[in-house]
Amino acid sequence: MEAAVKEYTYKDFTSDQEVRWCPGCDDYVILRSMQKALPEMGVKKEDVVFISGIGCSSRFPYYMDTYGMHSIHGRAPAIATGVKLTNPDLSVWVITGDGDSMAIGGNHFIHVLRRNIDLNIVLFNNEIYGLTKGQFSPTSLVGQKTKSSPYGNTQPPFLAGELAIGAQARFFGRISGNTPKEMTQMFIDAEKFKGTSLIEVLQNCPIFNDGAYSKYTDKAVREDRMLFVEHGKPMIFGKERNKGLVLNGLKLEVATLGENGITEADILVHDAKEKDPTLHQMLVRLEYPMVTGIIRAFDDVTLEEREDALTAQVKSDSSYKKTDDLFFSGDIYNVF
Amino acid sequence: MVAATENKKQKVIDAVIIRFVGDSGDGMQLTGTQFSDTSAMFGNDVSTFPNYPAEIRAPQGSLYGVSGFQVHIGSVEINTPGDDVDLLVAMNPAGLKTNLHALKPGHTVIVDTDSFTKKNLEKALYETNPLEDGSLENYRVIEVGMTTLTKEALKDLKGLDNKAITRSKNMFALGMVYWMYGRSREHTIDFFNKKFKKKPQIIEANTKVLNAGFYFAETLELIPNAYSIAPAKMEPGTYRIIMGNQATAWGFLAAAEKSGLELFLGSYPITPASNILHELVKHKHFGVKTLQAEDEIAGISSAIGASFAGDLAITTTSGPGLALKAEALGLAMMIELPLVIVDVQRGGPSTGLPTKTEQSDLLQAMYGRNGESPIIVIAASTPANCFNYAYEAAKLTIEHMTPVLLLTDGYIANGSAPWKIKSVSQMPEIKNHIIKKATDTWHPYDRDNDTLARNWAIPGTPDLEHRVGGLEKDRVSGNVSYVPENHEYMTKIRAEKVKRVQNYIPEIVPEFADEGDLLVVGWGGTYGSLHSAVKELHEDGYDNIGFAHFNYINPLPKNTSEVLRKFKKIIVCELNSGQFVKVLKINCSEFDFLQFNKIQGLPFPNNELVEKFKSLVQ
Repeated sequence: MEAAVKEYTYKDFTSDQEVRWCPGCDDYVILRSMQKALPEMGVKKEDVVFISGIGCSSRFPYYMDTYGMHSIHGRAPAIATGVKLTNPDLSVWVITGDGDSMAIGGNHFIHVLRRNIDLNIVLFNNEIYGLTKGQFSPTSLVGQKTKSSPYGNTQPPFLAGELAIGAQARFFGRISGNTPKEMTQMFIDAEKFKGTSLIEVLQNCPIFNDGAYSKYTDKAVREDRMLFVEHGKPMIFGKERNKGLVLNGLKLEVATLGENGITEADILVHDAKEKDPTLHQMLVRLEYPMVTGIIRAFDDVTLEEREDALTAQVKSDSSYKKTDDLFFSGDIYNVF
Repeated sequence: MVAATENKKQKVIDAVIIRFVGDSGDGMQLTGTQFSDTSAMFGNDVSTFPNYPAEIRAPQGSLYGVSGFQVHIGSVEINTPGDDVDLLVAMNPAGLKTNLHALKPGHTVIVDTDSFTKKNLEKALYETNPLEDGSLENYRVIEVGMTTLTKEALKDLKGLDNKAITRSKNMFALGMVYWMYGRSREHTIDFFNKKFKKKPQIIEANTKVLNAGFYFAETLELIPNAYSIAPAKMEPGTYRIIMGNQATAWGFLAAAEKSGLELFLGSYPITPASNILHELVKHKHFGVKTLQAEDEIAGISSAIGASFAGDLAITTTSGPGLALKAEALGLAMMIELPLVIVDVQRGGPSTGLPTKTEQSDLLQAMYGRNGESPIIVIAASTPANCFNYAYEAAKLTIEHMTPVLLLTDGYIANGSAPWKIKSVSQMPEIKNHIIKKATDTWHPYDRDNDTLARNWAIPGTPDLEHRVGGLEKDRVSGNVSYVPENHEYMTKIRAEKVKRVQNYIPEIVPEFADEGDLLVVGWGGTYGSLHSAVKELHEDGYDNIGFAHFNYINPLPKNTSEVLRKFKKIIVCELNSGQFVKVLKINCSEFDFLQFNKIQGLPFPNNELVEKFKSLVQ
């Protein structure tokens, strides 16, 4: 099947609609990264479907020259589930934001992850409501001043990854909104992963929450403040590549290579494929360094695989081929 | 069948109404179902009505734990489960207390005297034993120690515990009733053999008890005569007994097969709609896909996704669920995709009366969405025609590319009646608007000139990539448009699309009279009650009363005003405080409408209808 896929460029996935996000928004980076990733995925253009909810992020499908639906607030995972169950050959993407997925759509978000249907979710997390002009979101920080919390937010935030892994997410990746190359690759990896993939983009909103992530993502500090993990590699970071994660009891700690006899062999090697999510949760929760990359990618049976197997079994066991076989079976009687 | 010769002293009657009542663990639903199935297979027309508490196992012996099953059988046409009963079978004091009022004076009540213990009498709030205090003197009481006799019948059967023994006493009652009405035990014994295939002892026990009841009735001097009800004159054909919800599910199966689409159901459990889900989930052999979703909204949302991807998509619910689905229903209307929503109505508002019937979601179905968002609304009117209207809902949504809301209600959904089986080959064609190949001028909102249906471009089809969404669409390209004139144009075209469905639905044909002094108007699940009442009057010489029953609510049949105009008075009868009458007033404003409304969670009482209609023509 892959042989039949045309050679595409990003232009094949760019629609004729004018992009209407604010200048300087990371959403542009995500859009272009996706348009560049799709030609690398080996999927046919007509098999790609983007489903979004409501919010700035959710305008995304209009800008992609693929099948798409800009639906209603929070419901994209449920709609995408229907699309995928109907046609498992499609490459189905959910585009959502922090409010869309974790406030109004929280129930669909956790259940789609629990079911592990093979679709990809890109979560634009800017820790604010943008389209409604600046209210706090479920990922806004305590004390954050917004239009709806002028004296500071009193609601503690969700960590998207912690919630997702708690809801049994098999694939969780986190990526900074200003690293298009890594983001492109992560989209490709998500598509190749069989099961629900969740990618959280740390997306800067230049209008209502500018600089929310700058203490991690600014070019000047990025290498020292962030750790990009890769499966099978030691978790080392820093400009000098001399910091690494070690486990001390039940806590992760940062150790410096060359100090206290620490060598690379002492640094934890990242295992994204481990079923037990304990360490993945610890990586998600870490504040220093902020961990990005594919934190968890555990292979598991998908919902559609279970459904397909069950349907095949029932079909082969059943004598009903047409509805007539059912309607005229059992307790029927004739009137003459 | 052998049954007719088994009993020689039968009195011939046209119809009989029997009610089996007992504790919710006494197996009354099974007893009633067996009696109605057996009667149907004998050739009677049948209508049934289960009436059970919302609690699964209410405290034993309590008044609110009484479970009942009413069955109306006849050699004549039967349209309802009936009101007052000819025979009451009461397995305990609570059942007697809560149902005696429905027994016609002078008629028979069979009681299990073993259950009339001091404790059970107290639980039923009887101060004295009704079997002893003379309070039943207006009835013929048949006192049977059913528990004792059941134990006696099984005394030689080893290894059965006491619980299993007492549990089969319902079959003793059934055996008695079978004898009284000259029914064969064959069907029920077959049923035991299938149901308890792996438990031969249970088969033997139930068969023994059923036979014991049958012979007890035969030899008992206390039953001086028995009744015979001849087979009804029904249209020749192959029949089965079907429940409304099952018929709804099967209508969708048939529509999927006919249309060549696969069926997708997204649903969340809710009384009284859940058994549509239970039914459809069984039929994976036809490729049916079901998703028990995390909530009502996900139920409809997954169906919208399935529809976008090319399935015949449906979602099923009841009133509170419909409220939750409203926003998504608006989306389906906006993006103009096929979708059927089934609302099995129950008593509202809020949680209301979940196990009782009502017709109070009509206005919610019509208008319960933001913005101007008309959809097609149709209603089934009998358990069996739930099949036809489910099929019709699927046909209309596929052919007109707009959502269809199918209303049924708890009464017809749980009631059962004979269904003359329809083969898919007899059903009308279903044409779809699927587009397979793009032309140079193709747009997603290109419309069919007659129906105004837009085309259905399904993901996976090359060169038809497009975006849909809840934002207003440009009339041609389908792209987002905030142009003021375009919004007005699109609002009107969505309404016009629904209006034009009038050209594709049958006209309304009144029954009993085309013109006269009074037109009785109803819609949905009240067909049986209203039809029976008007028929009774007609047989009594009231040939000036007509009856028009509506299955198409939005749009109304084209000739509605024409039919109404032929009558001096019009009375609109509904199980709500007047909702369809509002729809009629909007669409047919030149008429004065009288109303007859009941809001008690129960079907119309026949005598009240008859009296009301009589009073309007005298």
